[in-house]
Amino acid sequence: MRYVDEFRDPELITKAADEIHRLADTGRHYRIMEVCGGHTHAIYRFGLKDVLPSNIELIHGPGCPVCVLPMGRIDDGLAVAKNAEVIFAAFGDMMRVPGTHGSPFEHKARGTDVRIVYSPADALQIARKNPDKHVMFFAIGFETTAPSTALTLMRARSEGIRNFSVFCNHVTIVPAIRAILDSPDMRLDAFIGPGHVSTVIGCRPYEWIARNEGKPVVTSGFEPLDLLQSIVMLLRQLRAGEAKVENQYKRVVPWEGNRAALKAMAEVFQLRPYFEWRGLGFISQSALKIRDEYAGWDAEQRFPIPGTRVTDPKAAQCGEVLKGVLKPAQCKLFGNECTPEHPIGALMVSSEGSCAAYYNYEHRKAAAMVTSISSVA
Amino acid sequence: MCLAIPGKIVDLVPEQAHLCTVEVAGVRRRVDLGLLQEDIPVPGDWVLIHVGFAMTKISEQDALEQMHLLSMLGEAEQAMQEIRGYGLEDGGAGVS
Repeated sequence: MRYVDEFRDPELITKAADEIHRLADTGRHYRIMEVCGGHTHAIYRFGLKDVLPSNIELIHGPGCPVCVLPMGRIDDGLAVAKNAEVIFAAFGDMMRVPGTHGSPFEHKARGTDVRIVYSPADALQIARKNPDKHVMFFAIGFETTAPSTALTLMRARSEGIRNFSVFCNHVTIVPAIRAILDSPDMRLDAFIGPGHVSTVIGCRPYEWIARNEGKPVVTSGFEPLDLLQSIVMLLRQLRAGEAKVENQYKRVVPWEGNRAALKAMAEVFQLRPYFEWRGLGFISQSALKIRDEYAGWDAEQRFPIPGTRVTDPKAAQCGEVLKGVLKPAQCKLFGNECTPEHPIGALMVSSEGSCAAYYNYEHRKAAAMVTSISSVA
Repeated sequence: MCLAIPGKIVDLVPEQAHLCTVEVAGVRRRVDLGLLQEDIPVPGDWVLIHVGFAMTKISEQDALEQMHLLSMLGEAEQAMQEIRGYGLEDGGAGVS
């Protein structure tokens, strides 16, 4: 395992790894899904799979908001950006995500006014400073990020800033988990619950997974010890035939969530009846839409939106990788046509995408080994 | 994007109650406190920041560990780029 000596309590890390080996029933194959892309990244970065017994399989979940956005929505946002007076503002993560006619960066190179912001508040600030332009903030993210967009819209409305709108692609994590559990392709035993989404929504929203589906859930931090401890807690429950929600990330995640954040979201957003997710298809009540009271700041009300549905390139298996049905390396395009340098799908672009994580840590390592073996031969 | 950046509140902004100044590894920026209205932090408190908004209060010890974690994840540079980018148009000079 990499970097283990660099963290606090390295002895506890070893203890947790030993405990996992002790608890894992050799007659059983465990399938544990980590929902959050940040956890996927940490698992690969720290080489956590190397310390787990071979009968524990970690399955990567769809918790990467860039990855789950269908290409058509990027095309829609960029269609609005074609208007000369529009400034398209988005997080850096979005800039290299492929649309049908290029990524936002590629559109920028062709003259579209595309700007990186690190906060929705900064998109609003661009609007304040450019009264003759219209700033459209292309909002993505789960519940970790949606409250900040909500607050920004509240500020825009209270200040009467009219040259600002949000193209809202916020999605919610629980319906995605539900869709995965309902999918016949998937058999899962337990979940490592999201870290930072849970600081907003708390732990209660996962209780139905334990109660109705009988699967344990442990919300986890991002350090190696956090993830290993979470797996220990899950294995303990599985051994005891229990299924409940536990919070390993107590230092950051409050059980009841963040009330001010939930209030802001409820004020500004409502649930869309359904929304299309890459890989998971249409999921009901899984995405946020701006309420009518804020229609003046909703890009989908201010501008005509083409609304074209675009399917991924036929050969790309983004959907199956997102669902956890395929591992990144099992996609036919992985490492050949699709690499971080020239991505076909968003999973190779985003730091939270499982393809990028696998490529950067495992694939490069394996390729280096092949190179060194063949140079010796 | 799951990036949660630890910072220390150094100043509140008198004319704008929802804003404060945080310091992250020596860089000072304005951050929004709107999500912590029910438990407003004061100068000296540490918070976790996500896209320019303080999400939760944390201990100083956990803040230091979080910064360490970000560098172990190879995300420290990205975190500092984000912090430096707050409050600047175009996300900071030379970003393209």
